[in-house]
Amino acid sequence: MAYAAGVDVGSTQTKCVVLDEERRIVARALTDTGANVTRAAQRAFDEAIASAGMQRSDIVCVVGTGYGRFKVTFGDFQITEISCHAKGACSVFPGTRTVIDMGGQDAKGIKVLDGEVLDFVMNDKCAAGTGRFLATAAEVLAVPLDAIGALALQARNPVRLSTVCTVFVESDIMAYLAQGKKVPDILGGIHSAIAARTVALVRRVGLEPEITFTGGVSLNVGMVRALEDKLGLHLNVCEDSHYMGAIGAAAFALERGLAHSTGNVA
Amino acid sequence: MAETAYQGRLHLLQKDLMSQYYGELTASAEGSGVPAAYLLIGGNPVELLRALDILPVYPEVNALQLAVKKQSLAHIQAAEGMGYSTDNCAYVKADIGLYFAGRKTPFATIPEPSLLLCNYVGCNVYLHWFDHLAEYTKRPTFHLDIPFIRNASGRPSSDDMAYVLRQLEQLVAVCEEIAGKRLDPQRLRRVVELSSQTGRLWSEIKHLTKSAPAPYDAYFDSVTMMAPLYCLRGTEEGLTFFQTARDEYAQMAADGKGPLEREDFRFVIEGPPPWPYLRVFRDMFARWNAVAVASTYSTVGGLWEFGFAHDPDHPMESIAEHLLTWNLTNRNFLQRYDQIDRYLKEWNADALVIHSVKSCRLFSAGQGDMRDYFTQRGVPTLLVESDLEDPRYFSEAQMRTRIDAFFESLAHRKLTAAAGA
Repeated sequence: MAYAAGVDVGSTQTKCVVLDEERRIVARALTDTGANVTRAAQRAFDEAIASAGMQRSDIVCVVGTGYGRFKVTFGDFQITEISCHAKGACSVFPGTRTVIDMGGQDAKGIKVLDGEVLDFVMNDKCAAGTGRFLATAAEVLAVPLDAIGALALQARNPVRLSTVCTVFVESDIMAYLAQGKKVPDILGGIHSAIAARTVALVRRVGLEPEITFTGGVSLNVGMVRALEDKLGLHLNVCEDSHYMGAIGAAAFALERGLAHSTGNVA
Repeated sequence: MAETAYQGRLHLLQKDLMSQYYGELTASAEGSGVPAAYLLIGGNPVELLRALDILPVYPEVNALQLAVKKQSLAHIQAAEGMGYSTDNCAYVKADIGLYFAGRKTPFATIPEPSLLLCNYVGCNVYLHWFDHLAEYTKRPTFHLDIPFIRNASGRPSSDDMAYVLRQLEQLVAVCEEIAGKRLDPQRLRRVVELSSQTGRLWSEIKHLTKSAPAPYDAYFDSVTMMAPLYCLRGTEEGLTFFQTARDEYAQMAADGKGPLEREDFRFVIEGPPPWPYLRVFRDMFARWNAVAVASTYSTVGGLWEFGFAHDPDHPMESIAEHLLTWNLTNRNFLQRYDQIDRYLKEWNADALVIHSVKSCRLFSAGQGDMRDYFTQRGVPTLLVESDLEDPRYFSEAQMRTRIDAFFESLAHRKLTAAAGA
């Protein structure tokens, strides 16, 4: 049995996934990226193969993706996270036509067909509407990051946020707290504001169902609901949505590794 | 990854001629007595200045040279310290900062202007730029009002033509006073003839990139030819430069040579380059073996490749025609679409890249629609954003990801198209 790995070095977290020839996930690992990108990539890779009791020699090919892709020094290829998220989303949900990816610093909309990227848009030089924005809000409200989504779902009268600026949101939140607004209502407003901004961004590539939601923020149930409300459509989400870039990278690695081992290199 | 090198005979000649030109500017600044006029690139009427021995000075060219030499930020910040907004055009801020820093650059000392010739009033910010310079320098300004092309035919009306000709006569009178002599019609004729021949050669050079591989990059190498096109058009040296360029690139085309080892992708590019990161930006395309076969930016000073050339028999009329009709920034949006469409088809390009710049909202407005227009027509189109002068707006990692993703998907499309063929 041949195995291939994908390592997705994101701005916040580094993910590694190992696939077998049937594209089944046989190992995964997650670590904070931190300052040493190469070490984070190596750590995620080592942890993943160790968890499956494998050796480096069991892996026919490694593809690096994410902002740190050029720092995956043990990798065989580098492919952008845009191609990898599209590939991963289509491997897990073959009917995918649009991918919404929300990571630490990026929000992306990708239009795909059979795993091929037709078009994409990204936020520009601004972390508004990304994971970093939510992390800032959670910090100001003193709520653990993984709890904010569920709390947002309890909102009765969500506030209207005047900004989606990651810097200015702090003063907005402070003002609402001073007015005695409830934490779930503030969080509900925040999720709704980000969802509106993201939907506007993704509409630029043309929103076609099925829509698959990927990236770290896809684990946030409040954001899934807020996006579904704005879109009026169901989103494909799975427990591995967070790993979608790494899954796509591993799928590319599998194709390239197998093509290489049979001498059929494109 | 090996760094790409782009040094031909032409690049060396350009360096020599431009340092000669900058030497004249420095001499003027130090009291040679040769008057200098500041003017703008868009549809520049440089022939009139050359015919009266007035040195043309382009603040835009000076600003971009500062950016290429990584010297723009300090001047931009100095202007911001004076109160210029962070949202203001960074060409303006770099130039104003430079003015108050004593006009000294690593390449020249820029002379004080004898005249501020605002030949492009289509940009409100540029209009104020020259007004501010007039305030700071206490020198006269001439606003040459060129009416936009505002009808579907793409041609100016006879009233527009008469209006511009009348202003050119007034401009000549102003320039004669500064030069201290009358305009010699024979001299003007000769300058316009040199300009005409230069324009024809430039057009010929532009059509050479229809060859595959293209003998040079029509964006990154064209910028080498743009400074001589504006600063030296209408001079013997300018003509020699374009003869050399034509010969060198025609030979490369005949030999099947290009700027890269291989040419895998041919693209058309819209928008000015990110001057502070020119090499980094170039290498982002080079690593995909992607070559620009046409660029709209190389036409900001005038469009020569679609048949226009100055006419020595009608010098003033042809200068007016250049300003009105064959001037990219004066044309309507449908004409901009049409120009890109022609490049895509006639130059046989695979894709369109739009580089939108924060500084120039006038030029960038509508580029989102432009992206949709070409995407809907099946042209793979990438829109990226940074700035032409301010290094703070260039995010290298983000830019690389967008360009890599775009070419990854183009490569995939080529592969599947080849497999299906």
